[in-house]
Amino acid sequence: MTWGKKPRKPDAKRRAGFGTNPTGTMQLYLPIAEVSVNAFVLLGLGGLIGFLSGMFGVGGGFLITPLLMMIGVPPGVAVATGANQVVASSISGALAQFKRRAVDLPMGAVLTGGGLAGSTLGGFVFDLMSRLGQTDLFVQLSYVLFLGLIGGMMLVESVNSLRRTGKAKIKRSHVQSWVHKMPFKMKFRASGLYISVIPPLLVGAAVGFLSAIMGVGGGFVMVPAMIYLLGMPTKVVVGTSLFQITFVTGYTTLVHAVTHHTVDMMLALLLIIGGVIGAQIGARVGVRLKAEQLRILLSLLVLAVAVKIGFDLLLTPAELYSVARVAS
Amino acid sequence: MKGWLLALCLMALPVQGEEIVSGVSQSGVSITTNFDGASILVYGAALRDAPAPAWPLMEVIITVEGPSTPLVIRKKDHVAGIWLNRGSVKITAAPSFYAVASTKAVGDILLPAEDAKYHITIPQTIDAAAAPSADQTPYIEALQRIRQASGSFVLAPDSVLLLRQALFRTDISLPANLVEGPYKVRIFLTRGGEVVDLQESQIDVQKAGVERTLYRLAMEQPLLYGMLSLLMAMVAGWGAQELFKRLRI
Repeated sequence: MTWGKKPRKPDAKRRAGFGTNPTGTMQLYLPIAEVSVNAFVLLGLGGLIGFLSGMFGVGGGFLITPLLMMIGVPPGVAVATGANQVVASSISGALAQFKRRAVDLPMGAVLTGGGLAGSTLGGFVFDLMSRLGQTDLFVQLSYVLFLGLIGGMMLVESVNSLRRTGKAKIKRSHVQSWVHKMPFKMKFRASGLYISVIPPLLVGAAVGFLSAIMGVGGGFVMVPAMIYLLGMPTKVVVGTSLFQITFVTGYTTLVHAVTHHTVDMMLALLLIIGGVIGAQIGARVGVRLKAEQLRILLSLLVLAVAVKIGFDLLLTPAELYSVARVAS
Repeated sequence: MKGWLLALCLMALPVQGEEIVSGVSQSGVSITTNFDGASILVYGAALRDAPAPAWPLMEVIITVEGPSTPLVIRKKDHVAGIWLNRGSVKITAAPSFYAVASTKAVGDILLPAEDAKYHITIPQTIDAAAAPSADQTPYIEALQRIRQASGSFVLAPDSVLLLRQALFRTDISLPANLVEGPYKVRIFLTRGGEVVDLQESQIDVQKAGVERTLYRLAMEQPLLYGMLSLLMAMVAGWGAQELFKRLRI
């Protein structure tokens, strides 16, 4: 529009950052998270997580959720969408394992049963915490506690087994007598076990609980629990764990979508595209590394995340105040 | 002497017959997939029955206000070595976006009483749930600080261009992190700190295309939406597996 003859400097209006638009061509507006992020950042993030998950055989949820929060995605959306992304990465792993007959289906079903119960309970606890305004603390503490514990255990175990070179295979532990004394015994042929269904139900429930509150698949808890607690042979552990994770994260995704409307399909799509490609590359790199080296690397990664989140709790935050929208 | 008297009379009386005619560059903003913020142009002029008084000068304040939402502001405290949320203040309504553009610093061209009446400055737009108290002040200040840092609250003195005491224009940029809803645009003409005329219009911000479809599906058909999300994850996971197997990399 013109205003007649009064001359005006063309840039006079663009002052003090007012009227200046941030430029960027690949910005993507996420419909549910209601934030705008760079599409390449998301693809790269998905790719990185996929690479690690393909290499280590974990879902990578423990990385994706904190990273999404770091780029400005609201915690609720990060947890729910993280779960959705884990479905994609774990299903492709589970299918591959299924073809190799490395899935103990009855065990998977029992673990899934426990997982669904745990996930439901986790959802309630998550709601309670958000009503108390302690979601952040709760999620952060869970991360520090579980990642620190598992990462530390894994590191010690793999360093030890690396020292005992030659016979480096993890020995399947003897199932403790209390597991044998429990009722409701069931035969798990693929695992060669005849044990009570209670321990697998509890393991499944614990993992489901974590899935709901941390947005993780829980493979990093499940795999050691299956080996050391249930005494399952390693050949069926990864496949069965992926089988259970697929169902539990799928259920978690549905629960979050229905009750909180926090699954962002656009965000999930980009993470998944990056993730599935990264996973395939990671799997090929992983084959070239020794199992102990892989476990040491994974445990260091898990510990690094735990330490980072732990420091956030301990160090004085730059901004003491935070603003949260409440549902009207 | 006569001129002096006239000026005094004009000062004493509220200035009559000054009216805003204005326009906004667009009546709506569509949030599409590649939405990266929008810039809106607000322009207008003061129509007068008589020549403009020489003093006090006309000034212009333009505000853009996004939909209000209830909020909770929380404060972290050092408890047993870790930082956790302790205190909180409830806010009944605070705008999700608020911009104040003006010809000069708002404090110089608007009387506090007029601000209280028209709710023009940022603090005036925030409604705390409880009665105002000294304890709340740091929380409300923090809200303003956080929102100003994120670009949701914008203070832009000297950004309204005023020509010949009649024509005015400004550009207001809406950030990429925009919430859907009606955005209220208000234009105030002030003289000597008093509001002479006020005009309101509205810009509708709406998600469009895929954004709209996904958002509505997520809110109205959450089960179907959740299943679709899962289906997408399954197809992608299985598809990648098959694709890479075929490629034999």
